[in-house]
Amino acid sequence: MSASAIVMMIVAIVIVWGGLVAAIIRLRSHAPEPEPPPPGVRPAE
Amino acid sequence: MTNQPREQWSTRTGFLLAAIGSAIGLGNIWRFPAITYENGGGAFLLPYLVALLTAGIPVLIMEYSIGRKYRMSPPAALRRMARPAEVIGWWQVVICFVIATYYAVILAWAVRYVGFSADQAWGDDPEGFLFGDFLEVAEAPGMISGYVTAVIWPLIAVWVVVLVILAFGVRRGIERANKVFIPLLVLFFVILVIRALTLDGAAEGLDALFAPDWSELDNGSVWVAAYGQIFFSLSIGFGIMVTYASYLGRRADLTGSAMVAGFANSSFEILAGIGVFATLGFMAAQAGVPVDEVASAGLGLAFVAFPAVISEMPAGSFFGVLFFVSLVIAGLSSLISIVQVVVSAVQDRTGIRRIPAVFGVGGLVALASILLFPTDEGLFLLDASDHFVNQYGIALAALVSVVVIAWVLRKLPELQQNADATSAIRLGHWWRICLGLITPLVLGWMMVDSLRQEFDENYEGYSTEFLLSAGWSVAIGALLIGVILTLMPWKAGGEDIDLDMEAPVERKEP
Repeated sequence: MSASAIVMMIVAIVIVWGGLVAAIIRLRSHAPEPEPPPPGVRPAE
Repeated sequence: MTNQPREQWSTRTGFLLAAIGSAIGLGNIWRFPAITYENGGGAFLLPYLVALLTAGIPVLIMEYSIGRKYRMSPPAALRRMARPAEVIGWWQVVICFVIATYYAVILAWAVRYVGFSADQAWGDDPEGFLFGDFLEVAEAPGMISGYVTAVIWPLIAVWVVVLVILAFGVRRGIERANKVFIPLLVLFFVILVIRALTLDGAAEGLDALFAPDWSELDNGSVWVAAYGQIFFSLSIGFGIMVTYASYLGRRADLTGSAMVAGFANSSFEILAGIGVFATLGFMAAQAGVPVDEVASAGLGLAFVAFPAVISEMPAGSFFGVLFFVSLVIAGLSSLISIVQVVVSAVQDRTGIRRIPAVFGVGGLVALASILLFPTDEGLFLLDASDHFVNQYGIALAALVSVVVIAWVLRKLPELQQNADATSAIRLGHWWRICLGLITPLVLGWMMVDSLRQEFDENYEGYSTEFLLSAGWSVAIGALLIGVILTLMPWKAGGEDIDLDMEAPVERKEP
C-alpha cells in the first residue's frame, strides 16, 4: 500500500468517523427539552 | 374519520437509529466503494465531504424541519405549506411506491443467498448461477412469460416481515426493529472488515481505493458523482425524512440529529469501502490480475464477485452468510422507511387507522412487487425502473421541491427559525445559500448531464421501445399519478387535524 493511500485512508477515517463522534458529543451536550403536554391534557398534580 | 394523536418516537436515539437505518442501505455497500474508486480514489474524499456539508446535511435539515413543523407526511405537510405544493408530496409518495416494489426483490435475492452461501450453491460459476439457475432471466427484455418460484417465496417472506413491523407502529415496530438492526449491522460489518483486512492482497485493494488522483478534481463529472452519491445514499429527496421527522416531538433537536445521521451514513460507507476493496484485493491476488480487473459495483459485486470470493476464502460459508445477512438487514431498514412514506401519506389524507392502512396500502405495494418482479423479465424491469426513477424521480422531485421551497414559497427563513428554536447547532446564512443556490445548481447540472447521456446512448443498450415502456413511463407516470392523487377528492382526513403544533396552547395551572 503506497504512503499516499495510507495517508488518505487515515484522513478519511479521522474526518468522517471523527465528525460522527463530534456530532454525537455535540448532540448529547444538548439535552432534549421536556415536551409540553398536548393541548387539553392537564399536568399531573 | 377519526382524528388520532400522532405517533411519536420514544427516544431521540430511537429516531436517530431509524433515520440512520433508512439512510444506510444497499447503495452504501455496493455503490460508494466503486464510485470512489472510479472518481479519483482518495482525492474523491474532498468533493464527497463538500457535497455532504453543502447539500446532504442541509437538505436533511430542511426535510427534518418540514416534518417536525407540520407533523405530517409529505403531501399533507407540503399542502399546509402551500396548497399546490401537495403535488410534490404525492409525486414523492408514488416514487416510494415504485422503489419499494423492486427494492424488496433485491432483498429476496439476498435472503436466498444466505442459504446459497451455506453450501456455496453457485459452484464455480457464480454469474451463470445467478442469471441462469436462480433468476432464470429471459434472453432479452420483453413480455413476462413466466414466474420464478425460487424468488417468489423469499419475496413474500420479506413483505410479511416489513408489513408486520409497520403494523406494530412507529414506536413498537420501526423504532424497536432499528434498535436491533443497526447495532447488529455494524457488528457484522466490523467482523467482515476485520476478516477482509487479514486476507492476502487486502493492501493492494485498499491502495486501489485510497491512492489519490488529484488531477480528477479538475473534472466536473467527479463533483457531480460526489453530489450524486451523497444524495442517493442519504435517503433524501423522496419524503422519507419528512415522514420520519413528523413523528418527532415538538422540542426535538433537528440540526444536531441531521449531523449525526449524515456522518453516521458516511462512516458506514467508509467502513464498507474498506471491506469491499480489501476483499477485491484478495480476489485479484487469487486470480493474479490487477484490482481494476475485478472492481465491480451493484448486483455484480454482491451476487457475482462476492460469491466467487466466498468460494476461495477460508471459512467462506460463514462469512458469506454474514455478508448476505448484513445486506438483508441494511436493505430491510431502508425498505421499512420507504413503505412507511406511502402508508403514512394515505393515513394522513384519509384518517384511516394504521393496521388497515399497512395491510391495505402496504399490501398493494407488496402485490405489485410480487406480480411484476419475480419473473423472467424481473431483472430488466428492475434495472430500467431503478435507473429512471432515481434520475427523473428522486433527483428531479428533489430539484423541484428545493426550488419551490427556497425560491417560489420562500420558506427557508421560516424553516430555519423553526429548526434553530430547538437545536444544538444554529443555522447561519450558509444553510440558506446551500439550499437556495448550491443544491439547485448541482441537481440541475446532474439532470442536464444525465439527460444528455440518455439521448446520446440508450441506457445499457436496451431498445428504445423497452426504455419507453419500463423506464420513461415509470418516471413520467410517477409524476402524473402524483398529480391525479392531488386532484382526487379525498374523504376529509388531514384537513381537520390540528396542525399548529408549533405553538403549544397556554394553560393556566389548576
